Amino acid sequence: MKKNQSEYLIKRNDTEYEVVIGLEVHAQVLSKSKLFSSSPTKFGAEPNSQVSLVDAAFPGMLPVINEFCIKQAVKTGIGLKAKINKRSIFDRKNYFYADLPQGYQISQYKNPIIGEGEVILDMPNGEKVVGIERLHLEQDAGKSIHDMDPQNTFVDLNRSGVALMEIVSKPDLRSLDEVNLYIKKLRSIMRYIGTCDGNMQEGSLRADVNVSVRKKGQKNYGTRCEIKNVNSIKFMQMAIDYEANRQVDVIEEGGVVDQETRLFDTKKNETRSMRSKEDAHDYRYFPDPDLLPLELTDEFINDLKKNIPELPDEKKKRFIEKFKLSSYEANILVSDIETSKYFEEVIKKSDVKISTNWITGELFALLNEKNLEIIDSPISAKNLSKLINLIKDGTISGKIAKTVFEMMADGDIDPQKIIEDKGLKQQSDPKELEKLINKVVNENQEKVKEYKSGKEKLFGFFVGQVMKVSGGKANPQLVNEILKKKLK
Amino acid sequence: MIEIQNLTLVDLVNKIKKKDISSKEITKYFVERSKKSKKLNTYITENFENAIKKAEEFDKKPDFKCKLPGIPLAVKDLFCTKNLRTTAGSKILQNFVPTYESTITENLWKSGAILLGKLNCDEFAMGSSNETSFFGDVQNPISENLVPGGSSGGSASALAANLTPATIGTDTGGSIRQPASFTGTVGLKPTYGSCSRYGIVAFASSLDQAGPMTKDVKDCSLLFEVMSSYDNKDSTSIEFKRGNYLKELTDSIKGKKIGIPKEYRIEKMPKEIEDLWQKGIDIIKDSGGKIVDVSLPHTNYALPAYYIVAPAEASSNLARYDGVKYGFRSEGNNLIDMYEKTRSKGFGDEVKRRIMIGTYVLSSGYYDAYYLKAQKVRRLIKNDFDEVYKKVDAILTPSTPSSAFKIGEKTDDPVSMYLNDIFTVPVNLAGLPAISIPAGIDKKGYPLGLQIIGKAFDEQNILNIAFSMEKQINFKNNLNDWWTK
Repeated sequence: MKKNQSEYLIKRNDTEYEVVIGLEVHAQVLSKSKLFSSSPTKFGAEPNSQVSLVDAAFPGMLPVINEFCIKQAVKTGIGLKAKINKRSIFDRKNYFYADLPQGYQISQYKNPIIGEGEVILDMPNGEKVVGIERLHLEQDAGKSIHDMDPQNTFVDLNRSGVALMEIVSKPDLRSLDEVNLYIKKLRSIMRYIGTCDGNMQEGSLRADVNVSVRKKGQKNYGTRCEIKNVNSIKFMQMAIDYEANRQVDVIEEGGVVDQETRLFDTKKNETRSMRSKEDAHDYRYFPDPDLLPLELTDEFINDLKKNIPELPDEKKKRFIEKFKLSSYEANILVSDIETSKYFEEVIKKSDVKISTNWITGELFALLNEKNLEIIDSPISAKNLSKLINLIKDGTISGKIAKTVFEMMADGDIDPQKIIEDKGLKQQSDPKELEKLINKVVNENQEKVKEYKSGKEKLFGFFVGQVMKVSGGKANPQLVNEILKKKLK
Repeated sequence: MIEIQNLTLVDLVNKIKKKDISSKEITKYFVERSKKSKKLNTYITENFENAIKKAEEFDKKPDFKCKLPGIPLAVKDLFCTKNLRTTAGSKILQNFVPTYESTITENLWKSGAILLGKLNCDEFAMGSSNETSFFGDVQNPISENLVPGGSSGGSASALAANLTPATIGTDTGGSIRQPASFTGTVGLKPTYGSCSRYGIVAFASSLDQAGPMTKDVKDCSLLFEVMSSYDNKDSTSIEFKRGNYLKELTDSIKGKKIGIPKEYRIEKMPKEIEDLWQKGIDIIKDSGGKIVDVSLPHTNYALPAYYIVAPAEASSNLARYDGVKYGFRSEGNNLIDMYEKTRSKGFGDEVKRRIMIGTYVLSSGYYDAYYLKAQKVRRLIKNDFDEVYKKVDAILTPSTPSSAFKIGEKTDDPVSMYLNDIFTVPVNLAGLPAISIPAGIDKKGYPLGLQIIGKAFDEQNILNIAFSMEKQINFKNNLNDWWTK
């Protein structure tokens, strides 16, 4: 096993099995309107309130390509360092279902808009490259709701026709950690470019998971099973773990893994057969005659290339080189575009080292506790920057800063104002400090004697007492210096 | 009193503009005549009262600048019309009332025309005799129990019987030209992409094209001018400079080179058709045109290729009629049961046959052998035309291999029915424009048509040739109005 791969092997008796995983990620294109109609795509709208005649497949209605969605797909392709196909074709995938009004889904089959690319994972021991097979555009279906009525199924067509990018990886993933990192990286790239919000709760990012197992060292892939429509990383990992173990059990018992499509039951934590290869749908793909082949010019592609922002891999490199961050710190700060923006905003006027520590420490803890994204942070980058500068110039101590930070969270208050209002400014006047220290020394003559006779540990006690009488405001450094002189 | 039945569309427009006649008078005439002509079964849905009201409104506030001022028109029931039932001749859309208007009909109303009603057609435009309509057979006014052709049979019949001054149809494999030929009228299938498909119930998307059906070539030019427009709601609509087809119409075809494709001289072609074709050739020669023998070597494969491509697209296009959202539904025990019952009862035999053929040719394992091969043949057929058009300006052929046949004569023999389209389908496969004009009668007295096929976007040229030939042929239907008696 190579160093940059994580160990994930399933053992049975004396045999070790390697798990081979490929993902088909369905990412909803961030777009105001649908792939082939002008209906809005807002999440959570009243059922059937965002449906045009085209989305509901009324007679004589025709699809018209939304150019913005095409741009989004090409930009994503650029982010995946992938081949942009200048000619692609929309096909019809035919099947009947109540939430598929046309009786076919418009998708791309043989000629996708994006070809081979790659995603780089930051493994603990180095980088791992995961191949991208292709990215194609397709329409989402509507939603069948079976649990609102005992007799009837309700259909909501709001999602019908919404643009999806199906991003197919090569079978390069080998562990649950890699799956986790892959999804997060993909999500991060798309959020950087602004082509998918990556919101898994709202279904903007879902995946079909292909799993197979093979004996360690074996060259050929085993027979794979596809687990449909898993909508969180945790469920993907649970589904893969269950499925890989199931396949190993089948092989160990002398059986053969059947190629099939399976469903993951999140309640029972198991995968179940949905349909076998024999029952697989015959989708009767053929080029959609309502749409001409999609031709992209070099100019169109180059214009988009020019407007691609710095992506996480490049940003990480820059952070390490320019700001001397560790690879670990850089990873944390670039993984989410909003975090990186926040960081760069803070360090515009503040010390990089202190900023890094405060963002990855106090701020992340606060966000975690309040379950907030950084974009909704209760403390703005501007005010955190001010706080860090107050620490840096000695106006407040690190300890007081933590108190101030907590107060700032209550409505993004300016730290300067808090310090003034509450009188938290650090006491750095040596004469004032000396008065306090004299008081403490006079009141604790017994302890002074003990200290002078060699019990040096007591030094901390004196510092603590001074801090206490100063209300925590005394400059600890100065207190140390003066105390040392006094106790000589 | 003006004799409206003898007037063409262009005549009517001129008379209205000169205020010789009102829109209401014209509209009332066609309404009355339509009411007396129920035996022909041309209308699926009448809009008579509304039409008269609209005509009155027009007369009150006339706009003589538009191209079809206050002209009543009945249209094929494949065009979606806002707030007026649109059935496509099918039970499955028996009660379907669109909330939207097709671009083509919108273009007509914007030009001042008034909707008279919706005309019968083969179910989903699948048929060559108007016998597959859920709303019953249509009679050809030429003779009792004679088919008017199809699928725009109701349109052709209504036009020939003078129930509408002109009409529009759709042509996927000959559905305008064949009925025009069977009823002694003029029908134009425009270049693919010339007329918007938005709001037309789809049969085979890559072949469907709407076109005018009229009494003569001048009317055809005028109506085509109104219909054709670039439409960004149809991705296959093509942006090009559309002409003033009527204004530029000329009967001078001197020096024009007309190709005669040898492959269209099919086996067992009736002598009458041969003679008709020769008559056309002679007329062109007399008018100063030049006849050139040409070859379209892949013609033989056109019909089989068509009957793969069209059903394939249709099988997918008709999947939306599933009883879920609109149209006819037959309740079932579960979703699949409902689908099966709805589609079994909602579609007629010919539609089901084509859905099955189409589903079969697209199936995995058969796709390459059928659909893909048919698409390759299609390319070869187009190449044939491209090659020939390096040498000639247009091509002359018969429109159909026979004249109209009796109702019921071919209903049990789909292949013989499909053979009707043998001269018309290559044009659709190649996306070219073609016009059928009446050119004579057979020994039974039934009309026969000649087809002029043009280069893409060269409608003006074939209209000119047709106009020139029309003058010399001087064809006139001899109708005794048997159906009103």
